[in-house]
Amino acid sequence: MEVLQLLIGGIATGCIYGLVALGFVLIYKATEGVNFAQGDMMMFGAFLALGFVNSGHMGLPFLPGVLLAAIVMGGVGYGIDRVVVRQLFGQPQFSLVILTIALGFVLRFVAGTIWGYTPVVLETPYSGRSLSLGGVIIGYEDIITILVTGVLTLLLWAFFAKTRLGLAAQAASQNQMAAYIVGVPVQRLNSIIWGLSGAVATIAGVLYASKGAIDPNIGLLGIKAFAAAVIGGFGSLPGALLGGILIGVVEPLAARYLPSGISQMSPYVIMLVVLVTRPNGLFSQIQAKKV
Amino acid sequence: MRFVFKTSYDRDIDLHKDGWSRARIALLVVIFALLPFAVGDYYLAEAANTLIWALAGMGLMILVGHTGLPSLGHAAFLAIGAYTDAALMNAGLPFLVSFPLAGLAAGVFGAIVAIPAVRMSGIYLAIATLALFVIVEEMVIILEPITGGVGGIFAPSIEIAGIGFDRYANLANFYWLVLAIVVAVTWCYANLLRSPTGRSFLAVRDSEVSARALGINVTATRALSFGLSAGVTGLAGGLMGHFIGFFNYEAFSIFISINLLLVVTIGGLGFIQGAFFGAILITAVPQLLAILRDGLGGWGVDISAIPGLDTAIFSLILIGFIVYEPAGLYGRYLKIKAYFTLFPLARRDMFRRNKTYVKTERMR
Repeated sequence: MEVLQLLIGGIATGCIYGLVALGFVLIYKATEGVNFAQGDMMMFGAFLALGFVNSGHMGLPFLPGVLLAAIVMGGVGYGIDRVVVRQLFGQPQFSLVILTIALGFVLRFVAGTIWGYTPVVLETPYSGRSLSLGGVIIGYEDIITILVTGVLTLLLWAFFAKTRLGLAAQAASQNQMAAYIVGVPVQRLNSIIWGLSGAVATIAGVLYASKGAIDPNIGLLGIKAFAAAVIGGFGSLPGALLGGILIGVVEPLAARYLPSGISQMSPYVIMLVVLVTRPNGLFSQIQAKKV
Repeated sequence: MRFVFKTSYDRDIDLHKDGWSRARIALLVVIFALLPFAVGDYYLAEAANTLIWALAGMGLMILVGHTGLPSLGHAAFLAIGAYTDAALMNAGLPFLVSFPLAGLAAGVFGAIVAIPAVRMSGIYLAIATLALFVIVEEMVIILEPITGGVGGIFAPSIEIAGIGFDRYANLANFYWLVLAIVVAVTWCYANLLRSPTGRSFLAVRDSEVSARALGINVTATRALSFGLSAGVTGLAGGLMGHFIGFFNYEAFSIFISINLLLVVTIGGLGFIQGAFFGAILITAVPQLLAILRDGLGGWGVDISAIPGLDTAIFSLILIGFIVYEPAGLYGRYLKIKAYFTLFPLARRDMFRRNKTYVKTERMR
């Protein structure tokens, strides 16, 4: 029973890691770039939602407030790509890594200046309430997190597999020059994907915030989400989600049954083991580079 | 333009192009050595700090600048160096033994980690080093008997042959010690770069395929570079421990890793000089901010009320450099120098960056 309880909480936490990881994978799948500011985008989205929803701030109803935050964050993501990231178009991958790390710090500073560094709570209509199923207590926020994550993953998968835009994004990442030649507006596409990733980050942020207080440093969660994305194999949407869930489940179990300190290390140990044994993740799309 | 008449083949690979360039370096070292007589204790401590950062920057430069491998976790090696050095000295070993051992420990650890790590390509390696950093940070907390855990550890003052090198009591001596170590490492580094090993680092950075074709063992070269880099960073960590005096795991946070990246990127990737330029910038900006704070305070503007301002300013500087001057401060210096030596023949496009179209490494 205890294990089941831990398992469900772990899956819900893992879904949040998975959602942040989905943000990475979106950008990586479409632009071959890695956005190290994804965790901070999540944080910023959560704070935007808080600014719109909380009664002390603007006091909008919950759903419209969150949607508005997602839209604004989508704009922020689009703007970041349009103004800064596009300048690095065609430059080595690593400069984008450093650039996005710096961007993350800027986002954290902006959020801290506007909303302060003390933890605050997002007012949601569902947090704090729970459901009892045969001895296992499940919080509403856990159920909503799992449901929303599932739906979002399906939507994003459909976006990449079915829509014109998604196919164009895949084409642009597989071979940029060829995509240009067949008329894909690669740069604009990249900006749109960044916007989309910002919106996904906002939803992850809201789900995270409904489980507890938030402060500008929660963006560091992005590192764990990275581990999730790597375990799943960068570039695979279901892989990212499953990687996130794996981490989310292992963490509380390790905290409960293993000596202290192991739990904090566990995501990274799993990741290193995966990197060493299956360098391309569990859901590999990469084959060895041939010379 | 100066031309050098070469009378032996050795001149081709000499460290310095001519006596003039050798004299300039010597002059620089002399100026640095005379610094304790010219400035007060506060600025001398800052100078020592800058030198330590430059040493750590050189450590990362070997890896990022000269071998082209990214690392987001070099604070881990700083921590290993600092803790090894402090723990060995607390166990009664003299500095002259514990300090090289600290570098060795970090280097061996780096090389062992590198063997699986360097098989990964860019992004994966960056993430793996990040994970490595988190693991080392947790290990520091777990290994409480050695590291003092959350409480921290005290780095004893250095004494060599009866002369004190304490950071507070004999600051000038400490400064000279740091300077001597930095000069020695810089000299070794510069020589490394003209040896076959150093050349193979550059070859691996510029083209893995052609390096392999020329018979270089790419994995071994990368692992060696990783180990050397970790070792030098470990040395810097040992000195940093003595500089801080009393530290715990928080002294080597993820922000230190980022700051180190900032040092090499802003200074200029691929130049030893870049590490020094970057270190000067990273230690000078907080000072300038403090001066600015006092100055603006007189005008009724209080910027100390904004927490995290210096991190934000660092980040903005970093973004500016990546977007507008990826070659860093030293690269800019070289461009200005080229403009004047070639005057009036310099053209705008001489330093144009190459753009490449991205192709995925997935689904090939």
